[in-house]
Amino acid sequence: MRTLALNIDIVILFLMALAALWTVMTRSLLRSAIGLALTSAMLTILMFRLHAPLAAVFELSVCSGLISVVFIATISVTQPMSQEKVLQHMRDRLERFWYLPILLVLIGIVLSFVNFKFNLSVPLPEIEKDPRVVLWNQRPLDLLGQIIMLLTGVFGIIILFREAKQK
Amino acid sequence: MSAQALTLFWPFCLFIVVLFVIGFYCLLVTFNLIRALIGLELLIKAVTLLLVLVGYVTAHEALIQSLVITLIVMEVVIIAVAAGIALGLHRHNKNLDTRQLRNLKG
Repeated sequence: MRTLALNIDIVILFLMALAALWTVMTRSLLRSAIGLALTSAMLTILMFRLHAPLAAVFELSVCSGLISVVFIATISVTQPMSQEKVLQHMRDRLERFWYLPILLVLIGIVLSFVNFKFNLSVPLPEIEKDPRVVLWNQRPLDLLGQIIMLLTGVFGIIILFREAKQK
Repeated sequence: MSAQALTLFWPFCLFIVVLFVIGFYCLLVTFNLIRALIGLELLIKAVTLLLVLVGYVTAHEALIQSLVITLIVMEVVIIAVAAGIALGLHRHNKNLDTRQLRNLKG
């Protein structure tokens, strides 16, 4: 049973790596954005399986949904290239990106032979199990940081898209 | 760390490294700003998965979930602002090729 669960995890990990590779290798930026959303969806499944359901829901709604929308909107606003430029761009991309699969295979081979020893601590018995309690009661400063970061983002966007005053 | 967690730890580590390498390579070789942002996203996803894995292995799932939620909020803000900067650059320069963006070059 445990082996089956591990096999499912490995299949999902493999699909996630494949989606990430497709995201990087594909020519179209729109397909790249879709590939990123797929990678994010695979990551969500893995997070569910690693007992992190709350973070998984955030990942699915925010990273797979909202960020994809931001990317697709940005891509649609930017102008498409001319046919000649597209052909030149394809040749350039092929030259730059064809090393990636080879690099990945080499890294995979090297890592499969290396055996690092990690000394991870044994959990203490009084660990809080509810993420809501941790977030709201034990780490309220994190929430303050999140609010400040969100406000920074909002002000940044306002400043970036501020229209020049008419004289 | 239990034997079950140890068997889970290694395959995940391998794929986290693979994801990190993909993101880093994309960031390194691309000249398109949007694709660079996509590479950055992949790097953040690798870090997120590493955090969740360590939380699972050390049984600190609740703490790690709160950290991951904070990380996701940061990620959204960074991507939104960076996409805004990319749009602004496109409006001024009519392309997103980093080789052409030399307005601030000394």
